[in-house]
Amino acid sequence: MEGDIVQMGAYIGAGLACTGMGGAAVGVGHVVGNFLSGALRNPSAAGGQTATMFIGIAFSEALGIFSFLVALLLMFAV
Amino acid sequence: MATETHTTDAAAEGSSLVFHPMDQFIVKPLFGDGPVGIFTITNVTLWMALTILGIFLLLVVGTSRRAVVPSRTQSIAELAYGFVYKMVEDVTGKDGLRYFPYIMTLFLFIVFANFLGLLPGAFTTTSHIAVTAVMAMAVFLSVTIIGFWKHGLGFLGVFWISSAPLVLRPILAIIEVISYFVRPVSHSIRLAGNMMAGHAVIKVFAAFAALLAISPFAIVAISAIYALEVLVAFIQAYVFAILTCVYLKDALHPHH
Repeated sequence: MEGDIVQMGAYIGAGLACTGMGGAAVGVGHVVGNFLSGALRNPSAAGGQTATMFIGIAFSEALGIFSFLVALLLMFAV
Repeated sequence: MATETHTTDAAAEGSSLVFHPMDQFIVKPLFGDGPVGIFTITNVTLWMALTILGIFLLLVVGTSRRAVVPSRTQSIAELAYGFVYKMVEDVTGKDGLRYFPYIMTLFLFIVFANFLGLLPGAFTTTSHIAVTAVMAMAVFLSVTIIGFWKHGLGFLGVFWISSAPLVLRPILAIIEVISYFVRPVSHSIRLAGNMMAGHAVIKVFAAFAALLAISPFAIVAISAIYALEVLVAFIQAYVFAILTCVYLKDALHPHH
């Protein structure tokens, strides 16, 4: 294989970068779980806060997407 | 070393996937096999045109009769209008409603592109960063221009969090500046990444369906992931639109 140690490092790095998605999963689960526990305590206030929940999900998901971006860059741009 | 070379090559060639999961994102000319230039009509052009056609059919043709008791198409159009209108009003306030047509346009374009991309054999235009980056950069630039136009240099107050302790404010200002300029990146990659990842997962399971041992599992998995993707297609359009509203709110009311 003419691939060298740089390519190997890029692939290993891409795999490692994907562990960041686990952090995003924890974050999104935390946001939704806390929203749900709050919503079950006070269901009448839940409807107005759905948009806030989605904004929180989007912000926490963005960081997981960055790790995905790093993986893509390592696979295709390095 | 030589044997190792041989085995890795064989493994790469004899890969169990029937097709590559990323093949669906290749931009091809629609007619012939020539190179793709700026004005080449490609499959992206086709599916974007179909997206515009779908929006036109829903909003112009569907509501052309303006019945008091709406038909099904008209009530869908009214629902979409009311949904986005309420979202803009809730997040940005009354003065953000001036920019409602822009957000409605973005939302409908992304929703239609995502849903059309879910049709079997279709091309998902929003899975390309080139497409989403243009939309995100347009949002970023217009929001920045609106902010400076409305408030002049007072718009820089968006970086200066006056509710924080004075010692922390310079540090927070640096963080705010970084997060402000990362916005177009995260805004575009969120949509493109979600679409691309979801469709690639569907294709991976579709390739597994060719293997006899796990094909029943793979087919059930495709159906489940497809249902999830229908949800994701809508949620990502919603998130894109609502983040545009949030950025717009920052531009209209920069003082925390």
